[in-house]
Amino acid sequence: MSLLTSLARLRALHEGVAQPIATVRHCHLSRRPMVFIPLKLSGEAAAPLAAMLGTDRDRPRLLVVTQPRNRDQRFAWAAELAGVLLPYVESFLADTETVERRNADPYERALDAPQLVVPNLGAVAFTRLLGRSTRFRRTDGPYPVPEEVPLLGRWLTYLGERASYPGSSLMPAATEELGRHWATGQSGLEDANLAALLHWITDGPTDDAEDPLIWPPAGPATDPGFDAEVLAPAIDSGSPERVTEALRTQLEPTWRLMWRAIDLLAGLPEGASVAQRWEQDRASFSGMAAAIAEGGPPQPRRDGAVAAAARLARMERAQAAYDVQRAYDDPLVMAEFRLTGEAFAGEVVETDPGHTEGEGRSRKLRPLVVVKTDDPVRLPAGTALGTPQRRGQGAELVSAAGGLVTVKITKGMGRGRTPAPGAVPEVGERVCYTSLTDDFQGSPALPESESTPWTHGGPPQEYVPNDDDAQEEWS
Amino acid sequence: MTVQQDADTRSPEQVIADVLADLPRHRGVVVDSPPGAGKSTLVVRAAAHIAATGEPLMIVAQTNEQVDDLVTRICDKHPRLTVGRLSAGGYVPPRRLLDLPGVTVGARVQDLGDPDIVIATADKWAWISGRVWPWAIVDEAYQMRSDKLLRIAGLFERALFVGDPGQLDPFSIVDGDRWSGLSWDPLQSAVSVLLRHNPDLPVHRLPVSWRLPASAAPVVSRAFYPFTGFRSGTGPDDRRLELATQGMGTVHDRALEEAARSGWALLELPNRHTVRTDGEAVQAVALLAARLLQRGAVAYSEQGERPVSADRIAVGAAHRDQVAAIRNAGLPPEITVDTANRLQGREYDVTIVLHPLSGRRDATAFHLESGRLCVLASRHRHACVVVARAGIAELLDAHPSAEPVQLGVPVKFPDGWEANQSVLEHLAAHRV
Repeated sequence: MSLLTSLARLRALHEGVAQPIATVRHCHLSRRPMVFIPLKLSGEAAAPLAAMLGTDRDRPRLLVVTQPRNRDQRFAWAAELAGVLLPYVESFLADTETVERRNADPYERALDAPQLVVPNLGAVAFTRLLGRSTRFRRTDGPYPVPEEVPLLGRWLTYLGERASYPGSSLMPAATEELGRHWATGQSGLEDANLAALLHWITDGPTDDAEDPLIWPPAGPATDPGFDAEVLAPAIDSGSPERVTEALRTQLEPTWRLMWRAIDLLAGLPEGASVAQRWEQDRASFSGMAAAIAEGGPPQPRRDGAVAAAARLARMERAQAAYDVQRAYDDPLVMAEFRLTGEAFAGEVVETDPGHTEGEGRSRKLRPLVVVKTDDPVRLPAGTALGTPQRRGQGAELVSAAGGLVTVKITKGMGRGRTPAPGAVPEVGERVCYTSLTDDFQGSPALPESESTPWTHGGPPQEYVPNDDDAQEEWS
Repeated sequence: MTVQQDADTRSPEQVIADVLADLPRHRGVVVDSPPGAGKSTLVVRAAAHIAATGEPLMIVAQTNEQVDDLVTRICDKHPRLTVGRLSAGGYVPPRRLLDLPGVTVGARVQDLGDPDIVIATADKWAWISGRVWPWAIVDEAYQMRSDKLLRIAGLFERALFVGDPGQLDPFSIVDGDRWSGLSWDPLQSAVSVLLRHNPDLPVHRLPVSWRLPASAAPVVSRAFYPFTGFRSGTGPDDRRLELATQGMGTVHDRALEEAARSGWALLELPNRHTVRTDGEAVQAVALLAARLLQRGAVAYSEQGERPVSADRIAVGAAHRDQVAAIRNAGLPPEITVDTANRLQGREYDVTIVLHPLSGRRDATAFHLESGRLCVLASRHRHACVVVARAGIAELLDAHPSAEPVQLGVPVKFPDGWEANQSVLEHLAAHRV
């Protein structure tokens, strides 16, 4: 936890209400999000019990497995889920735009993409498990499942994996997104309780959030008291209606909380880089849809050597870009870097807009700007700098001493002899410069999977689908 | 893997002979080297040995400094070898490199002519393709992530992997739990992945540290290499550190005197929870460095007598902001101040260390990583002064390692928690 977040948490505790740690929203919010609250049977890894989902806050759909130990009912439930989820996902495939690429064929990118909002990270993990237990199933052979179940599994897997991709908004977890924008006076573990977190943000902390009779857990695990006293007798009674109504009492409160969380996030203005990250989400979504349309195999259970390295490279790049973009979008996030000496903000006290370097044809415009700052500047001379005020520009630190920092603008000045109006900050303007930049070099090529080298176990065996695919080592 | 069990009794010469003999017999050979055990010497010897067969050789190191060091060493020992140094576009070769005969610098393999040895960082090698070298030497292989090895493994047929298993593991800014337990986990070191897929490769171990003095080798060996110990190449009387002027009796002076006498000192500040850039601790570190210079320390060793000048002193810390704060405290610029990550592979006469757990409220996996303390405690030829707030032992007791156990991940030794306790226990005897 950074110093500033610690301070915000202390202040939240002192004032009895959560403190904002972001001035803009760093995640995309869909105009038509689907809220998805899954519940599982306690004591089982991936036995679904119920799910409440839908795009309309007034009309949630409740899907229930009335006898969760019956595997046929589980897959019938999965088919029902597919009946709601797949039309939603596929509704985004129709409208696309053509994107030109350098050194590659143009491709079709969806104009909008699905957004599955879940309560917490537990729900993300459970979604991944649901995907794993359904995507390898066969619609023929010994234990056939309804036709749409394997396809549902592939989409759930895709969304669950995308959730761990830094900066993606295809499957946000409410507690995570709220926690990125507000600091409460409770521990990180307690923040994972959606009811407690929301109360801190809206009306201040309440003991009710811990009471499962008032606010049942947001899942995927259910309250043990409910399991023993309500659910077990209902299942034993053999009445599907009784089970359904019992589970509705557990899901409805969370359903209301989820929409409140969405409203809270919607109240924040969107960060400047959010659209760019959503564009990547849309591209990734279209790529997945194309892979399915081409009849590719389901996602493997584990990454091979080459796939793992490729995914790691993509994720690291996304994480670095996400961190930098949030700082550029949001002065409160940038403040963290100002505290550690990687950024500084202050007032321009002197400029030399006509400063040049080089002679004759290689003469270049390199304006100088002197900034007066109270921040601790811990950057050596020569550091490349960027600024949120003028994103296209690059600069270089010339010297820093006694609260005065001299900066030389090195990129984005054009070819003219004098700077364009507004290109160089005026005396008196407040500016911020930072050593964070998001121009990353591409990563070098990886070998093809078929030519995995001897150091990494050699080429893997080719995948041939068979009836045992859905078998887990322990099942 | 076949670990040479009798390494304790073998001389370094014998081990090197064994390594060279194993090279043609196996696809890969691994050499574990504790701090200062002559790893670079081995790399230079092996390079010359392979080059003598007339077959081309590629060398992989991890940083540009390491590459430049190796080029200098190879040319120094074997002036007749031709060396090509591959570099990225923005790299400016240091003066000393350009003056060497037989060295060419270029961004493409074609620009180098046809040298006996081509050397570059792992990052640079990842961009090279279209040629296969019969031999490779991978230096600092434990600091190299296995996904980097994956990118370059197609460039060579056989390889010698050299590195120090006790130093910092490679890391990532993203959570890599999804791959843990896989034999090709991209976040594991190149050597771990190599050995998991090729368990029959021979693993040799250099048995003697030439850098660490007799006062430090047993401490570091016990704490960080519990099952593969090493010994010091020098005896207790071979190294001496003397301070030319009398002290003034301050704690800083007494700490320096203790370090000169015994090789270790712990300057303990009052127990307090502080921010990372703890002002008092930073001040203490800067004062120690300044006093060490003022008092004119002289180091006597098997290499003769020399004054401990500013460039022979290093200051180490865990975080970059701590490093920046210490640098801003007004140290002479010749003194190296850096994080553990960047001090890896370096050597100084005296080191001053800001303890990673000093003033902390919690002990996270980052701070408990044994390699971090190992690097900081094993850079010196003569003495190491540690600055820490009191209460680290209690902090450790309150934070036993509680990382989740992952299936299929080989147990790693040493345990960071235990190593920290072991070092702390030793330092307690040298507290000022």
